[in-house]
Amino acid sequence: MPRIVVDVMPKPEILDPQGKAIAGALPRLGLTGFTGVRQGKRFELTVDGDVTPEVLEQARTAAATLLSNPVIEDVTRVEVLPEA
Amino acid sequence: MTIAGGTAVGLWHAEANLQDVDAVIIPGGFSYGDYLRAGAIARFAPLMDKVVDASKAGMPVLGICNGFQILTEAHLLPGSMIKNNHLKFSCADQLLRVENNTTAWTSAYAKDSGMVIPLKNQDGQYVADEKTLDELEGEGRVVFRYDGVNPNGSRRNIAGISNAAGNVVGLMPHPEHAVEAGFGPDASAYGEVGLGYGTDGLGIFTSVLTSLVAGGKSRPFPQIPPPARRSSASTRSSTPPPHRTPTFPGLNWA
Repeated sequence: MPRIVVDVMPKPEILDPQGKAIAGALPRLGLTGFTGVRQGKRFELTVDGDVTPEVLEQARTAAATLLSNPVIEDVTRVEVLPEA
Repeated sequence: MTIAGGTAVGLWHAEANLQDVDAVIIPGGFSYGDYLRAGAIARFAPLMDKVVDASKAGMPVLGICNGFQILTEAHLLPGSMIKNNHLKFSCADQLLRVENNTTAWTSAYAKDSGMVIPLKNQDGQYVADEKTLDELEGEGRVVFRYDGVNPNGSRRNIAGISNAAGNVVGLMPHPEHAVEAGFGPDASAYGEVGLGYGTDGLGIFTSVLTSLVAGGKSRPFPQIPPPARRSSASTRSSTPPPHRTPTFPGLNWA
């Protein structure tokens, strides 16, 4: 069944404490090539049947209302996944 | 609410029925497990539509902790809460300053009076863009500000805010845990109290009763009486001493 993927990231100006904690842990693994980490969220919305323009529009609405909070987050992607 | 002299009515999130209440308090907790974002799913609970409508008609609404998060997600209050800057759940008695005593929920306090109530949360860092913060400050809508220490990285030490009308107020710390002598914090902004005898939060709940009795308009109210003390302290003066920065252990967790 087709899936629509929605990516949500914390806004650039918002401090991302989780990403910061991860960034602090990486050097402990000897992975010193990174200057920063930001942690976002990925949602996969499964669709029963074809992804019609209406369904895709619903996904965009979901992304903008429930899946993200525009005060602190940006929706960076709403896209149909190619079927495996 | 009962201790303040009101009648508490339980409302169920899945029912769209406010049961003719005069005011709504959205308490803390971890509604829907805080999945997605704190308060994000609760915002779409059937009851919230009614709360939003009622608040726009002037009903006093108070959001505490997760309730505050729900009010921001519902766009009744601006800004949002993200994880504490130190990433830990924090739990401590916290000193606040009541900067606006003209809201429906703060009329019992003198302006800029102190208040010691518990703060306990994971996602307590208040954030908003600079323009919003400037608006809040300019319109006197920063109702509560952390004093002494900023426990979670909140912008401009903001602990609680109101909407423009002053009937909707949200704050992260818990006034409802500082209303009953013997079951509250070990400190008060009004002077020394015995262990658990801090009741600085009670004025929040007497304030809303006052504003409702006054016909929905909040009005200044004399300062709340000094919190209850142990009988051994009864020889002390009953006049609240001027505020001083407390040195109780709770503030030293950071």
